Amino acid sequence: MSFELTGKGGCVFLQPQKNPGFLTKVKRDKYLLLLLLPCALYYIIFKYVPIFGISIAFMDYNLFKGITESDWVGFKYFSMFFNTPDFWPVLRNTFLLGLYKLIFGFPAPIILALLINEVSKSFLKRFVQTVSYLPHFISNVVVAGIAVMFLSPTGGVVNQLLSAVGLERINFLVEASWFRSIYVTTDVWQHIGWGTIIYLAALTAIDPQLYEAARMDGANRWKQALNITLPGIAPAIVIILILDIGKILEIGFEKVYLLATPATYETADIISTYVYRVGLTQGNYSYATAIDLFTGIISFIFIIAANSFSRRVSGSSIW
Amino acid sequence: MKPKWNWFDALNALILSGIVLACLYPFVYMLAVSLSDSASIASGEVWLWPKGFNLDMYQYVFEDGRVLKGYKNTLIYVISGTAISLIVTALGAYALSKTKMVMGKPILMLIVFTMFFNGGMIPTFLVVKELGFVNTIWGMVLPGAVGTWNLLIMRTFFMGMPQELEESGKIDGLSEIGIFFRIVLPLSKPVLATIGLYYAVGMWNNFMGPLLYLRDADMQPLQVILRNIVLSGQLTGTDGPVVGDIVVVEDGLKFATIMVSTLPILLVYPFIQKYFVKGALIGSVKG
Repeated sequence: MSFELTGKGGCVFLQPQKNPGFLTKVKRDKYLLLLLLPCALYYIIFKYVPIFGISIAFMDYNLFKGITESDWVGFKYFSMFFNTPDFWPVLRNTFLLGLYKLIFGFPAPIILALLINEVSKSFLKRFVQTVSYLPHFISNVVVAGIAVMFLSPTGGVVNQLLSAVGLERINFLVEASWFRSIYVTTDVWQHIGWGTIIYLAALTAIDPQLYEAARMDGANRWKQALNITLPGIAPAIVIILILDIGKILEIGFEKVYLLATPATYETADIISTYVYRVGLTQGNYSYATAIDLFTGIISFIFIIAANSFSRRVSGSSIW
Repeated sequence: MKPKWNWFDALNALILSGIVLACLYPFVYMLAVSLSDSASIASGEVWLWPKGFNLDMYQYVFEDGRVLKGYKNTLIYVISGTAISLIVTALGAYALSKTKMVMGKPILMLIVFTMFFNGGMIPTFLVVKELGFVNTIWGMVLPGAVGTWNLLIMRTFFMGMPQELEESGKIDGLSEIGIFFRIVLPLSKPVLATIGLYYAVGMWNNFMGPLLYLRDADMQPLQVILRNIVLSGQLTGTDGPVVGDIVVVEDGLKFATIMVSTLPILLVYPFIQKYFVKGALIGSVKG
């Protein structure tokens, strides 16, 4: 049996807690519910109303008729998307960009965390950490700006270096073949340091006795890293991997939008920029929403699949 | 037992120095270029240290009234947005930290669900539009007011508060609201600072919000102005360096604009960094 403290009229009672009905509970928690109200309203208005607003993907949404008056058209806009010549390029660009980001962006912080962990001087450790977190706080506009300036064919540092060592200058920003490399490189640059935080925290939880035992057995530092450190942070690695796989199709809109030029659309046009262009700038609301829903569902399947796969294989999962 | 300095450490030091250099160099270089004269920039002489030191570029930046206006707009959005976000998040997180609260669990699940699935760009835009928030400050500060991750971090923090404190408040006759404002909130300065900074930096860096919800040129925040000057090379200021009929935006000017808009974060960053890290840790240890 559980007890509950109730204070009334200056007296304190210790009462056995009954199992109250729903309305009694609502009454009991009325102040808490009041505190929750603004937050709940936020989620209803800006999260759940849009989720129900997805229904316009199945309508001929007309701005003047509104959502209640517009006609239902079933899967018209989905088949329209599957049949447009943009479908495969946009899907391929999104998937490849996400995949490259995963391949390079996921292991990079793990490697950096392991390297930082091997530094014995703590002030050097902190210095490297502090500096590597820095790009995380810079806006995408600035990152895109830096990339554009550094890669500029005339005055850009990169091209100055290339010509200094006798190579040909490359006009990176108008060549579609360079877009993915530029995007992924800047992305790793931005987030590598920040990503180490969780791994460094996991590293501190490893029992130091394990290392002593390993040294007794004659394991060198490479062996120690392989047999103690990596297994020690494996649960963190798995969780981050699941989350990252779920996000493969969710590439940040801002940086792609800022870095892409019509010359690079061939590789740079991804679902979110496409949705923005056909949806917001051209006003095809229903069509754009259908595309968004399609990717949202695929992302959802990705994360569920990754999660259940990991639960079966490694035993750790997000839920 | 101290490990000896060997090839492993040497290699490690080399790699880490490379990373440090990669993270710092762009900022050093931009600062150097923005402080150099045009001739030295054009001939590619500037690498680490300004050549022909001058502040002309910064003068141009501030003479182009848009940057100042953008600064003002950004400050308004950052201050009001952070305040709103912080209040709503703290209230909600406190209520949700009471696990015995009626419906607490299903509500929390509904909130977490939105991290994995949401309405997307267009339905959200239509909601904001229907509410009449397009081209108003509300369109900037409300659609992203609560970050679910931040909410969860705060909730974790509140759950770690000693139960006895709140019970003593209850005995003294405080309601849940009184407990929150008089006992919990004053003890929560660290987490409020951390989450407040997250919101402030997010708002400062926000580019997609104004792109979607602001039409009026007079309302644009710094990031949009920055993009127009640096990426599109637009400059309306008549005092800019003019070549023939075309207004050329020089590299030095672009870098100066970047520095002006990034400097606040670069300057406060060393002092606030530890709060950020703390927040990231609370968030990741208990998701």
